[in-house]
Amino acid sequence: MEKIREIVLPGEEIILGENKPGNGIFIENGKAYVEYLGVKSIKSGYVNIIPLSGKYQPQKGDKVIGKVVDILSSNWVVDINAPYLAPLHVNDTPWKVDFGDTSKYLNIGDTILAKVMSVNEVKQVWLTLKEPGLRKLQGGHIITVSPTKVPRIIGKDGSMIKILKDMTNSKIYVGQNGIIWVEGTTESILQVVGAIRLIEREAHIIGLTDRVKEYLSKPKKGE
Amino acid sequence: MSKFTESVVSEIKKDYIQKLLSQGSRLDGRAYDEFRKIEIVKNFVPRACGSALVKIGNTQVLVGVKIEPGEPFPDTPDTGVLSTNAELVPLASPTFEAGPPGEEAIELARVVDRGIRESKAVDLEKLVIKPGELVWVVFVDIHVLDYDGNLFDASALGSIIALKNSIIPASKFNQGDDFPLPMNHYPATVTFAKIGDNMVVDPNLDEENIAHARITISSDESGRIHAIQKGLEGTFKIEEIKNAISMAISIGNKLRDEYILKGD
Repeated sequence: MEKIREIVLPGEEIILGENKPGNGIFIENGKAYVEYLGVKSIKSGYVNIIPLSGKYQPQKGDKVIGKVVDILSSNWVVDINAPYLAPLHVNDTPWKVDFGDTSKYLNIGDTILAKVMSVNEVKQVWLTLKEPGLRKLQGGHIITVSPTKVPRIIGKDGSMIKILKDMTNSKIYVGQNGIIWVEGTTESILQVVGAIRLIEREAHIIGLTDRVKEYLSKPKKGE
Repeated sequence: MSKFTESVVSEIKKDYIQKLLSQGSRLDGRAYDEFRKIEIVKNFVPRACGSALVKIGNTQVLVGVKIEPGEPFPDTPDTGVLSTNAELVPLASPTFEAGPPGEEAIELARVVDRGIRESKAVDLEKLVIKPGELVWVVFVDIHVLDYDGNLFDASALGSIIALKNSIIPASKFNQGDDFPLPMNHYPATVTFAKIGDNMVVDPNLDEENIAHARITISSDESGRIHAIQKGLEGTFKIEEIKNAISMAISIGNKLRDEYILKGD
């Protein structure tokens, strides 16, 4: 079942009916209004506005890819492409780090795959590495896309990402924050990057999967 | 915050770019001696005496020329005045800040200025109205609109095209008829970045961020070198410089034929 997705404008009134207001909706004088330009979606009793563009808004439980930008005695500061930098405390890592020894484990410029442990009301984030699979990423290549395009790159039940992985024989990890890590031979990385740029550009046009397949079956060079 | 995080180079990206270069290719699929796509809009600002909008890939620079009568410098009473200024506006990159020009902006303006001045591109001697008292003063203003690496070449290209299309507004100042700015030469500037042991032309932002050393060479149509600027802390071997010079001349000739002299 394919429904036409309704684009809503900031300030537009939303009739909630029996649903509750979700993300991107504010209430004034008992009426519900849209906060930003986006697409309306109704899911499990909530009306949400999915933004068409914008920075990554961290949510608890998201797996994100971040860059270490500063080291403190018992913290690392990580850029996860969100409005604020996210700290990672030594207690939230699988390592036993002595006070002041933080730089032995992660250094400035390193990339990590982490999970958002908590987000408070002012969108400050704490990260954790204490879970299987979360780690420092090594090798491969990093690219950044708009966080709003992440669902398109993953596809329905991971269909798009599976095509990318299978057809290029590479490892891909898509962070919810729009940062993507690709590992494989240099040719396959170039192919994946090209395909992701294609998805980014043409996400709204029907038949995306077929075009991506067609793109990947041809040899390509560069972004 | 963003200034600080943007300037942190991701190790993964750095390793990947170096690996690609060692295999003979670049991030965007270009050859070592290949420029990104160049687009030029001449006379972009109708109220300026001359102007040019230059896009090299995602780098975007707007150059405007303003010409007005003024006093010559006491040590050069018989020549006009050329003054180049560059502005790195915060709009262009998260790493640029508002305020007086910093080191980067001053270096950019000086490198562009030297290329034009030392090649005697503008015939400053023809810009004298009354020796020692009144000459034409040429202001070249470089406005960086979008920063994705290689500001030197974009600004130098924009400046020379803007100057070439400039008209001296003599009638506005009761100095006779308007006339085109007299030009002698058309220097072209080519910048190389050294990453590992490889030299690449027209580095983009990612390549510029991980480069050890940078060299900018300005040459004219007869293959004479007029200005060289070396940047960053890395070093070059003599052969690398010789190689860079010969490449700069051949690429410079291509740029000149395709973009600077086009339309004549």
